[in-house]
Amino acid sequence: MDITSTTAAGPPGPAAPAGRAKAATRAGDRVFLALSRGSGILLLVIMAAIAVFLTVRAASALSHDHGNFFTTFEWNANATPPVFGIAVLAFGTIVSSLIAMLIAVPVAIGVALFISHYAPRRIAAPVAYVIDLLAAVPSIVYGLWGALFLVPHLGGFYSWLDDYFGWTGVLAYHDGAARSLFTIGILLAIMILPIVTSVSREVFLQAPKMHEEAALALGATRWEVIRMSVLPFGRSGVISASMLGLGRALGETMAVATVLSPSFVINKSLLDPGGGTFAQNIASSFKESGDIGKDALIASGLVLFVLTLLVNGAARLIIARRKEYSE
Amino acid sequence: MSDVTMEQPQVADRAPQPRSSLRQPRLPRWAPPAVAITAAAVGVAIGLGAGLSSRIQWGLIAALLFVLGMYGLAARVEGRRQAKDRLATSLVWVCFLIAVVPLLSLAWETVGRGSKVLDGSFLSHSMSGVLTIQPGGGVYHAIIGTLEQVGIATAIAAPVGLLTAIYLVEYGRGRLAKVVTFFVDVMTGVPSIVAGLFVLSFWILMLDFGYSGFAGSMALAILMMPVVVRSTEEMLKLVPNELREASLALGVPKWRTILKVVLPTAIGGIATGVTLAVARIAGETAPIVLLVFGSQVINNNPFDGAQSSLPYYIYEQWAAGNEASYDRAWAAALVLIAFVMILNLVARGIARWKAPKHGR
Amino acid sequence: MKLQRKNRLRAVAFGAIAVSGALVLTACGSDNNSGSDTGSGGATKAAGNIKCDGKGQLLASGSSAQKNAMDLWVKNFMAACKDIQINYKPTGSGAGIQEFLQGKTAFAGSDSALKPEEVAKSKDVVKGGQGINLPMVGGPIAIGYHLSGVDNLVLDADTLAKIFDGKIEKWDDPAIAKLNKDAKLPGTKIQAFHRSDESGTTDNFTKYLKATADKSWPYAPAKAWAAKGGQSADGSAGVSSQVKQTEGAISYFELSYATANSIKTVKLNTGAAAPVEATSDNASKAIAEAKITGTGQDLALKLNYNTKAEGAYPITLVTYEIVGDKGNKADTLAATKSFLTYIASEDGQSVLKGLGYAPLPAEIAKKVRENVATIS
Repeated sequence: MDITSTTAAGPPGPAAPAGRAKAATRAGDRVFLALSRGSGILLLVIMAAIAVFLTVRAASALSHDHGNFFTTFEWNANATPPVFGIAVLAFGTIVSSLIAMLIAVPVAIGVALFISHYAPRRIAAPVAYVIDLLAAVPSIVYGLWGALFLVPHLGGFYSWLDDYFGWTGVLAYHDGAARSLFTIGILLAIMILPIVTSVSREVFLQAPKMHEEAALALGATRWEVIRMSVLPFGRSGVISASMLGLGRALGETMAVATVLSPSFVINKSLLDPGGGTFAQNIASSFKESGDIGKDALIASGLVLFVLTLLVNGAARLIIARRKEYSE
Repeated sequence: MSDVTMEQPQVADRAPQPRSSLRQPRLPRWAPPAVAITAAAVGVAIGLGAGLSSRIQWGLIAALLFVLGMYGLAARVEGRRQAKDRLATSLVWVCFLIAVVPLLSLAWETVGRGSKVLDGSFLSHSMSGVLTIQPGGGVYHAIIGTLEQVGIATAIAAPVGLLTAIYLVEYGRGRLAKVVTFFVDVMTGVPSIVAGLFVLSFWILMLDFGYSGFAGSMALAILMMPVVVRSTEEMLKLVPNELREASLALGVPKWRTILKVVLPTAIGGIATGVTLAVARIAGETAPIVLLVFGSQVINNNPFDGAQSSLPYYIYEQWAAGNEASYDRAWAAALVLIAFVMILNLVARGIARWKAPKHGR
Repeated sequence: MKLQRKNRLRAVAFGAIAVSGALVLTACGSDNNSGSDTGSGGATKAAGNIKCDGKGQLLASGSSAQKNAMDLWVKNFMAACKDIQINYKPTGSGAGIQEFLQGKTAFAGSDSALKPEEVAKSKDVVKGGQGINLPMVGGPIAIGYHLSGVDNLVLDADTLAKIFDGKIEKWDDPAIAKLNKDAKLPGTKIQAFHRSDESGTTDNFTKYLKATADKSWPYAPAKAWAAKGGQSADGSAGVSSQVKQTEGAISYFELSYATANSIKTVKLNTGAAAPVEATSDNASKAIAEAKITGTGQDLALKLNYNTKAEGAYPITLVTYEIVGDKGNKADTLAATKSFLTYIASEDGQSVLKGLGYAPLPAEIAKKVRENVATIS
């Protein structure tokens, strides 16, 4: 982790070329500094513009809302009077992302351990490589696959779940097309698996070899080695990897929009079609929204933005802590 | 099933495992694959026998049987500690298979269904004059759109991102640098649909410009900038300080030091980062759907008039909802994946090509 | 330094290759798909009669019900007029009207006429004029279903309303069985799909339900689906593809989607002697009873959903093109006008029959032609 150490030292102070300080070079320095600082400022301006713009529009939407923005269960922003609320969207977004996490994180840890500690070296490297490549598959392709392959194949599995767990209500299934929040969860899990895996793998590979060898020398089994020396070391890394994955899952748009059967109801059962997410709702209703409707969608986009920000911030905080800890 | 063959290498790897006791009984090497085969067979048998319609259930049953079988067997023969070890090993293998199956299926479907209509004429023709409900047509206009939109986005985002990173690493120590760093972090979290929304309401609705490829490029540039800044920053930080000091000590002005010493040292990593960022935005769909309008005909001018793009095309053909358009959607997905994969491979190539010379 | 110079040269070379590659690429593609033309008729014949005024790119969006008709019109029109490009995006009637009211498109396609407040807003976009509805083509809204072993399903308005409101949940419900004495109805659950976007098809379908089954359909007709529950999908293509792949599904969409995906359609018990099938001829009989309610240049129609005439299929829609009567944007006016002139012409109307659309009654078509000529 020499990255942090070089930053801490930093380059030497402001350029003051001794002796032959020609005007030309000074000017060059000034121009270059201005250029680079300028682009930093440009970036700031863009970001500030987005933030201000979204906030202003969202505020105007909220002032027109005849429902409660957080608890209303409908989205009729184009009606007169406009009534809209994000309850259903927040529920759908959070639940589908949580399902994705519940599936993806354990599997990703397993795959990461497989690559770092279990697989023979011959296949570990290619597997790691392929998983990294899969992180680059565009989300619309996952959406296409989800809608045309996954959905038709999940129906049987869902009725099976219904047979055994239908009594819970949460996993009841009423023979619809499998275009539900749970399906979204599965699809998102597949989509975030590569990123969670590759970050966790990096962390597991960094676990101190000495600890592992010491444990092995004491006669520990491979699992005991992992449980005692690898997992404790990697815990924070895995958490931050999961948070990064969660951030992606929350903002995912097209894969959700192609697969979900959108509706403004909260189903008791996660397997039954219906529900919606922030991003999906923006993508599918933006085109037919009037002025207030667009502002309302922007307000919901702002909520998503803040949510993603919190999750990513948490991930970054954990990474930063870990760096201090490991030094 | 394919997992049987994958089970075997594990056995070879198992040999150097230390033994906790000299006389402890061990399962023979062929035990795990044998259990796996049995579990798969029983899973299929149960599936067929009970008439379970979903293959997913078959797989899950087989996986469960394998894990339990290995645990039970090991617990009887080798004792509890070893059994736990076996349990963990089988769970890890099962996880691996669970992860690989959908990914393989995705690749299989895309290649299998995409190659059906993918040929020279598909790549060199647009959709002009083709009814959506009929086969035929092509993806050429979308390829042009993607190349131009991504190209413009890169032309905007790469220099700005690069210069910002240089500022942060080489100059920045004041409050401005801290604020910029913070906002770059914030910007990485902008959901792509929100970026699209911003450009749509600002550029198209408020400033009243038309839909165009350029509008899409701007949203892509917003998404790309923070990625470029981040990766370039990391690469610049890796450049040893001694190089900078040596150059400055020779009286070279700072800007020349950065241009002639720092950047060339890190150029491999920077190029890799930029290429990966390009690959990332090339598949971005949500903002594009809001901004480029979509077109059936070739439009070579990204600044004027509606354009298509590969992700848009896939979405459009999927939405058209009939067999002919599904075929086109898969074929376009294959083209898009190929494009993104090639960019990834190029990035890796650059990294490998540059790595040994300028490693830390 | 030598090494670096070489690198820079190499980078320049890469750039040059990329740029020239892109240039080569832009030259090698083709818009000409006539080689793969599967011959939908009329293309060559029509070409002679199309007048091509104006040039450039026309953007239009809206109703997905008229998408298949629009595809064919655009194909024929562009074959004759090389200088005009037309982009019609099937975003749904609601979205089409929105985009037109934002001044982003040259015309909108919609299955519902503009509402008074939308007309008021249109005055900001078309300076000095207002948005008018020009009916272009009619069609039956087919009730498509997917039920193995049942080929001639007959339903009536009341049953339909109850099915789409979730009151009838199983295919072997007594109400359905009563209408289909000979069919073997399975006990599977009914999967009713509705449109998730704002749609003129939904508007017309719910207008029909409201007009004929008032008691079982308590909701006010609108472009957005009002009932709770059920499943949804985006666009006519979305719902029809769901019906295609889901056992037990039922939904409503323009007939051409049923034809294209070979989906079975419901025969309607209207109270006439025999149940009526959804065909373009049967729809024409119902559309013939339509009355013009628009004033001035506006030709909004009122359809008679209650018809009991022999062989008339009452669930119909008439899809409009919405433009300004005057004050359309100067750079797209000429092209818009020549395109609308073509699609309202006899050639434009007659090419659609094979697709499952119903041409306009002659009297209305004549009025449309007169009005298109006066657009400015």
